[in-house]
Amino acid sequence: MRKKYWIALALLFIIPGLLFTTSCAKKTVKSEPAAKAPAATDEAAKKAELEKQKAELARQKALEEQRLDQERLAKADAEAKKKTEQGKRVRFEQEHIYFDFDKYNLKPEAQSVLKMKAEFMKANPNIKARIEGHCDERGTNEYNLALGDRRANSAKEFLLNLGIDESRLTTISHGEERPIDKGKNEAAWAKNRRAQFVVW
Amino acid sequence: MTRNGKHLSYCILFTVLIICLLTSTQVQAQYDYIDISNPFLKKIPIAIPQLGTGSGNQAEKEFARASTELLSGSLEFTGYFKMLDRDAFLIDENSQWTASGINFKNWTAIGAELLTTGSVSIQADIVEMELRLYDTFKERMIVGKRYKGWVEDQRKMIHRFCSDVIFFLTGNRGVFDSKLAFESKSDGKKEIFTCDFDGYSPKAFTNNKNINLSPAWSYDGQWIAYTSYIKGGPDLYIRHVKDKRGTVVAKKGINTTPAWVPGKFALAATLSYEGDPEIYLLTGTGKIIKRLTKSYGIDTQPTWSPDGKKIAFVSDRAGSPQIYIMDIDSGYVERLTFYGNYNTSPAWSPKGDKIAYSASNNGNFDIYVIKTDGTGLLQLTDNQGDDESPSWSPDGSMIAFSSTREGPSRIYVMTAFGTDQRRLLALPGEQTNPEWSGRVTNN
Repeated sequence: MRKKYWIALALLFIIPGLLFTTSCAKKTVKSEPAAKAPAATDEAAKKAELEKQKAELARQKALEEQRLDQERLAKADAEAKKKTEQGKRVRFEQEHIYFDFDKYNLKPEAQSVLKMKAEFMKANPNIKARIEGHCDERGTNEYNLALGDRRANSAKEFLLNLGIDESRLTTISHGEERPIDKGKNEAAWAKNRRAQFVVW
Repeated sequence: MTRNGKHLSYCILFTVLIICLLTSTQVQAQYDYIDISNPFLKKIPIAIPQLGTGSGNQAEKEFARASTELLSGSLEFTGYFKMLDRDAFLIDENSQWTASGINFKNWTAIGAELLTTGSVSIQADIVEMELRLYDTFKERMIVGKRYKGWVEDQRKMIHRFCSDVIFFLTGNRGVFDSKLAFESKSDGKKEIFTCDFDGYSPKAFTNNKNINLSPAWSYDGQWIAYTSYIKGGPDLYIRHVKDKRGTVVAKKGINTTPAWVPGKFALAATLSYEGDPEIYLLTGTGKIIKRLTKSYGIDTQPTWSPDGKKIAFVSDRAGSPQIYIMDIDSGYVERLTFYGNYNTSPAWSPKGDKIAYSASNNGNFDIYVIKTDGTGLLQLTDNQGDDESPSWSPDGSMIAFSSTREGPSRIYVMTAFGTDQRRLLALPGEQTNPEWSGRVTNN
């Protein structure tokens, strides 16, 4: 499509050029003696030839530019695609699933996030994931280590049910030892009661 | 003589030369001084005047002054005594310290029921100390001891005497031979520390700049088991306190909450390699003897009855963390706690009759005790901060715990009845999860 467009553009320059030269020649015929006429025709032909060469150059240039443009676009496309892949991976690692206090059942929001994670793992069969279970600071860290273990396992079991191979999933509990938000309020605690994914 | 030789000979001297004075007058332990049902209800008024000196030189005077402070502080630590104000004493510093020289009326007049006296003499870095405890109403000596050791063993000598005093009064050796282990967190790293029973001399036990948790002493104080993330996951380390030997249990999932079997080189711990956190019985070398709990969900934080026949533990089998008791042989499990919906960190008392634990009510955590039959629930702490992770002293007279009452979490102690709550120590960062050792006699 683009190629045709450029050709059309080039022709647009050439045809008026030709028209211009002929109209000039006609004028010359009227004012000049007949003997000089062949020379004038030669000149016109030379001019036309020159214009033709110019047009050819312009066309070549246009084609080259077109080729470069296409390369640029292809590169941008590839980059965008790569970015989307990276974006998916970043999302896989940075979108956590959250739990209620002292609970390890998966809420509906958590389940839909896990479904996306399963899709990502299916689309990337070579990656393995470590699921980390975390708790808020309330309660004893010893109990929270067990709770974090259950949270990571809830996520793992959900992914197993979605067809992810067990060999691709490991779990670890960090209990309350690695909070995202160190605040001592419900907003901070809610952020810390999570399971998060790490690709390895 | 080399330093080692010096210490060796000291050990011999110290052991041999603890001489009981006037053994004929030293009667069997008398329990009528302290009310066993609640020994902290009525504190015994005790007078602790400055110890005398042999030659009266400056070194002796300074040593005697420091020893008096230590003696007073150590006895006060137990919670059994009311320390009488030294300014109110009706005697001068240089009065006699033997029975014949004491005017007991001077002491009963200010309300003292017990009196300590003693004298210190130092020769070439060797201290000889004589310490006595008198009943001021009966006008007689009830404990009299002489100790000999190096100057730097002041604490050992004073604590030996305190131990003798408490043994006479309660029939139990007290806390003076015990230590505590705890977690200390700073800069995001959590190391295990140990310290003396009174918070003195805190030392890093682990130093791996990682996360180390849940220290547990073996019954003889020779081993500490703990959880560490040093290899990535929460693994169980069983380490000899003095030698650098031990084992690691690093199964899939969590390897946490070690609890040593009383009198045995074996421990219970939480492992989740079979799918969910369950309690297992392990040898001291980390081999699984058997799985103890069999309930889907969380089973963790075991604590042993003193006879080693039962464990109390935390389970969420009823929907919230509650404390249960299991008979090891039969596997029979009974729920212990019903009040509140977050009861964790059980600690079985050394006498066997009670279990201390931490519970969340109205968002705050407090320490409770309950009898093992489920009756006699008692709340021991009540304040704005969180009080967690109770641990009994080896004689059952005190409970250590962590508290955020002053902001950052610190280690506190109180009597077994919740009185005399005070901070044990403060290190940079936060301290949590105190674990009191048994009596450690050769440390």
